Amino acid sequence: MAMLKITDLEVSYGMIQAIRGINFEVEQGEVIALIGANGAGKTTILHTVTGLLKCKAGKIEFEGKDITKLPGHKIVSLGMAHVPEGRRVFADLSVLENLKLGAYTRTDKQEIEDTLKVIYKRFPRLEERKSQMAGTLSGGEQQMLAMGRALMSHPKIILMDEPSMGLSPIFVSEIFDIIKEISASGTTVLVVEQNAKKALSIADRAYVLETGNIVLEGAAKDLLENDSVKKAYLGE
Amino acid sequence: MGILQNILEQFINGLRSGSIYALIALGYTMVYGIAKMINFAHGDIIMVGAYALYVGLSILHLPAILAILLSLVVCTIFGVVIERVAYKPLRSAPPLAVLITAIGVSFLLQSVSLLIFGATPIPQESIVKFAGIKIGGLSISGITVVTLIVTTICMISLTWFIQKTKMGSAMRAVAEDKGAAELMGIDVNKTISLTFAIGSALASIAGILYVCQYQSLKPTLGAMPGIKAFVAAVLGGIGSVPGAMLGGIILGLIESLSKAYISTELSDAIVFGILVLVLLIKPSGLLGKIRKEKV
Repeated sequence: MAMLKITDLEVSYGMIQAIRGINFEVEQGEVIALIGANGAGKTTILHTVTGLLKCKAGKIEFEGKDITKLPGHKIVSLGMAHVPEGRRVFADLSVLENLKLGAYTRTDKQEIEDTLKVIYKRFPRLEERKSQMAGTLSGGEQQMLAMGRALMSHPKIILMDEPSMGLSPIFVSEIFDIIKEISASGTTVLVVEQNAKKALSIADRAYVLETGNIVLEGAAKDLLENDSVKKAYLGE
Repeated sequence: MGILQNILEQFINGLRSGSIYALIALGYTMVYGIAKMINFAHGDIIMVGAYALYVGLSILHLPAILAILLSLVVCTIFGVVIERVAYKPLRSAPPLAVLITAIGVSFLLQSVSLLIFGATPIPQESIVKFAGIKIGGLSISGITVVTLIVTTICMISLTWFIQKTKMGSAMRAVAEDKGAAELMGIDVNKTISLTFAIGSALASIAGILYVCQYQSLKPTLGAMPGIKAFVAAVLGGIGSVPGAMLGGIILGLIESLSKAYISTELSDAIVFGILVLVLLIKPSGLLGKIRKEKV
């Protein structure tokens, strides 16, 4: 059974249909990349999966449970975390407060402290800056905070939306290394990226999205060799 | 009586009315922060609180503490229900629609109160029996002492709640970014309800203190303190909790001192004039922030 299964999903903004009946699956332990140009519908898909948007038709199942109609705030506690596009850290809250909000649905204080230690170990810079307002962090640090915050919920699957957007090349590599680490520690990853090359280099499988349709899917290493992918997304 | 003592007395009077403005301004600023709307019916919640106290004391003959509780509960319910019924369906509507609705709710509350209680002012004895204190030649009335203590407690506990508790940080998160807050597992609707509940409870306390001060009720009693508190919230920087407190106190002080030393008739003009000046120099208010996007 797939961990996350999306069936015939359709999403509209008013009269405009953004997602036109797509199907995809994420197996436990996989790193899945969703690639496509700006406006292809990548963010819309993630927002619909985590309940920020309502779909017009279709079904979203997580670990066999139908979550299509579930409100966003009830999805986190099932084990699904979402690192939104543009990071969206709470700028006026401290780094520590941001992280603690990531664990909002968890109740065991000791377990939360333990997770916090793990996250500080993975992102030492967050510990150094824990009492600083999140808005004062650099873009790359904010991305780390957004990831750390999502990991605070101790998710089974983490959805990441354009984690490399607007970051310097050094940070981009660092962020992708971290995604590999997150995957290695047992968390399933679904990553949406415009940086197709980087995304395909860390993913197991990938889906290519064009104007609301999945036009191509397969093993990431095959897609890296695919001529139309090369032409459209890898700039070769 | 020395001039210094006189100034001190006016100063304390200013603190008293200022701290009531601050209490009301907190409701405006918290609701604005979280729902991005000016709840113009907020002033009328003060009136609801005042009448609820009157009903408890003079009609149901409850002991003062129960009448206070009744007022708190009624206002909290009003605040939450108004948000659910009138504002929640408009959450994605243009701001103008929400503004007009809020003014409509304000009229509705005043009119219903007029229907039930009539237009003739109703006298209501103060529940503060404490006579006041004298420090040297300076006498401070009982209601002033009670007002200062109660509002200080309210402001300290509210600050503690917002800064130190899990619910408080959830409120700040929702105020900043509803979508991201939802992704944390925060129930945004519940958090907004809670904000209206807290704001309305503070308005109820303001209403009770107001009645104890003026000892008379009429359906429009919330309008003037409401609008002054709104000015205080804007002066301090709308959306900012410490700003509302500061704005309220400053407003009360200016009002009291200009009434005493300049002119009673001009005091409101001076108050609003200072608002205009502050907004010209610092449009976001004294403690308000202009948000910058970081890439």
